[in-house]
Amino acid sequence: MLRRLITTAVLAAAVLGPVTGPGQAEDRFITVASTTSTQDSGLFGYILPIFEAKTGIKVKVVAQGTGQALDTGRRGDADVVFVHARAAELKFLEEGFSTKRSPVMYNDFIVVGPKSDPAGIAGSKDVAAALKTIAEKKIPFVSRGDKSGTHMAELALWKVAGLDLAAIRGEWYREIGQGMGATLNTAGAMLGYALSDRATWIAFKNKGDLAIAVEGDKRLFNQYGVMLVNPAKFPAVKVADGQAFIDWLISADGQKVISEYKIDGQQLFFPNANDPNA
Amino acid sequence: MFGTFSLFDSAFVAIVLLSLKVTLTAVGCAGLVGLPLGAALALGRFPGRPVIIVIVNAFMGLPPVVAGLAVFLLLSRSGPLGGFGLLFSPAAMVVAQFSLVLPIIIALTRQTIEDLWGEYRDQLTSMGAGPLRAIPTLIWDARFSLVTGLLAGLGRAFAEVGAILIVGGNIAGFTRTMTTAIALETSKGDLPLALGLGAVLMALTLAINGLALAVSRLGARFAG
Amino acid sequence: MTSVTSAPSILPLTLDRVAYEVGGRRLVGVEWATIAKGRKTVVLGPNGAGKTLFLRLCHGLIKPSAGTIAFASGIRPAPQQHAMVFQKPVLLRRSVAANLHHALALAGLGYFERRRTSRLILNRFGLGDLADRPARVLSGGEQQRLAIARAVAVGPELLFLDEPVSGLDPSAMRQIEEMLVALHADGLTWVMTTHDLAQARRLADDILFFHAGRLLEAAPADRFFAEPATEEARAFLESRLFW
Repeated sequence: MLRRLITTAVLAAAVLGPVTGPGQAEDRFITVASTTSTQDSGLFGYILPIFEAKTGIKVKVVAQGTGQALDTGRRGDADVVFVHARAAELKFLEEGFSTKRSPVMYNDFIVVGPKSDPAGIAGSKDVAAALKTIAEKKIPFVSRGDKSGTHMAELALWKVAGLDLAAIRGEWYREIGQGMGATLNTAGAMLGYALSDRATWIAFKNKGDLAIAVEGDKRLFNQYGVMLVNPAKFPAVKVADGQAFIDWLISADGQKVISEYKIDGQQLFFPNANDPNA
Repeated sequence: MFGTFSLFDSAFVAIVLLSLKVTLTAVGCAGLVGLPLGAALALGRFPGRPVIIVIVNAFMGLPPVVAGLAVFLLLSRSGPLGGFGLLFSPAAMVVAQFSLVLPIIIALTRQTIEDLWGEYRDQLTSMGAGPLRAIPTLIWDARFSLVTGLLAGLGRAFAEVGAILIVGGNIAGFTRTMTTAIALETSKGDLPLALGLGAVLMALTLAINGLALAVSRLGARFAG
Repeated sequence: MTSVTSAPSILPLTLDRVAYEVGGRRLVGVEWATIAKGRKTVVLGPNGAGKTLFLRLCHGLIKPSAGTIAFASGIRPAPQQHAMVFQKPVLLRRSVAANLHHALALAGLGYFERRRTSRLILNRFGLGDLADRPARVLSGGEQQRLAIARAVAVGPELLFLDEPVSGLDPSAMRQIEEMLVALHADGLTWVMTTHDLAQARRLADDILFFHAGRLLEAAPADRFFAEPATEEARAFLESRLFW
């Protein structure tokens, strides 16, 4: 009899437990599809509590590659997308999944590689020449390969360098199909080079033998934009709260908060909502 | 640092609790559904039964990401069940784990109950219990073996990351569990924290398995 | 134990030209047999003579390939009106009392009635102290007594017992036999298989003698033991048959 009681109690607890589970208490929330760089760099961890305290709107961030994040928006599974790949964002607008894109901030990309620098490119400010050297010497290069904003930026850079990746790629070019952090881990393990956003790099804790090889090239500029998913396509989109988040991001207040996020004294993101060309 | 956590602070405790809650709910529901279904499959004689048994057994090895993808497509706003808005919620993770654990529970229950029915059949028939009435009797008498099966399901669900990452979205404070947190901290390069989380997960998994052993020992002593 | 005695009697049980065949092989053949009310019938014969199959046919666990097995004029007894104790009793993986509760629940008794009846039965058969023990860890003799108690708890008029004392030590065997005699005194009709001649002499009113699947003799016990009608029975009684 005792055993029966215990079994019943355990079962009941397992079934009834979720009634008081997380997500029940907060009724006001929006879902934001964003990129691994904004999450892995810790930016959201810094700015979202401030936004929530101000508005009472909880922001749930699903961190994916930019391509995936845009697809999440295309399925209507997010209220807001916050990504970094201008061309893909414009396509998203064209398809009618959003009606307006607002630039928010930028940071820049860097090429990281082993401190031993087998390609001999450390200190260069010419990303095109550096990539060319890596390809010629067939030094391992780790690519995100996940349709993320960083991946798309990387593909564009190969083109800028005048290289046809499809023709020259070989065993040295390694697509891992994972996030920024995983790519850095892999580059560290393979003694290879990789393109990273600076924010993730600064926040990354497993740098090991990796160091910045190339930085400061204008072509390494990385712009972030934010869009509300079109409620005409998906009526469930939380227009008011989603728009409130966007408005705050590009407001003077939000821009200031973004600029204040620092790791080891280094600013990671540079607000530029007022730049009409961004 | 903001947005992250260290072991044993409240954010961490919330993650462990969420892991337990999601897994226990999924396994509890799968038990409520799977035990009677498995028993019915053990006792029932109907056309197509062998096919169903083969399918159920095959689904025991269902890759979690496939289950996750299927649940994802079902629950997406663009999917057939999108209207409930369950994607990226703990409920979605429960559904995903439920679909992973259910075949295990059905298959193990069927095997256990079928063996026991072989032993009990004459006795129960003699006492006037048909197959339908025999099901609760058999489930109760096989309780120790069945609990071991439930705990096996619990272990699988608890350690699972692929499916809940896809359908839960690994949202901080909302759908972040032990396993998805480990995946995230690994990708952030915070290997010590990931390792610490892994150790806690292992300890809990060990506890579950210890419980399973204790239950089967107790069963052996009690049921003979 | 008295829950169904008010119902009309299901006895006598009559078997008419009954055959049980598997794959064309006749395993049991009974030209004619009857189990009369109030009698202690012992089914006798060497191993493999078809005794167990005969009980299972009578109890309805298997269907005859030919012939009829009928209870008193057209009665279709409820499952609780005749019960069976198997050679290796299948006790549920629960406590002694819970085994009785389960059987009584199947017979349709309510919660409190189950508790009251099981306590009465267990005390009557000296199992009261064991009520909370797991049934499966009892000794062989205790298990068999529990199996019989469980079978009679629902108040059957007729009880089949398949080798109820096989493998038990002499004192356990004596306890079972005393139990069967007492039950008979209370009005229970029972049919029991055995290959133990001495036990058959001690207990039987009637003998059904099986050999090689066929019912060869049906006779009152004293006449069967004094002057067996067939050569096989004579050989069995003189222990010339292998069993």
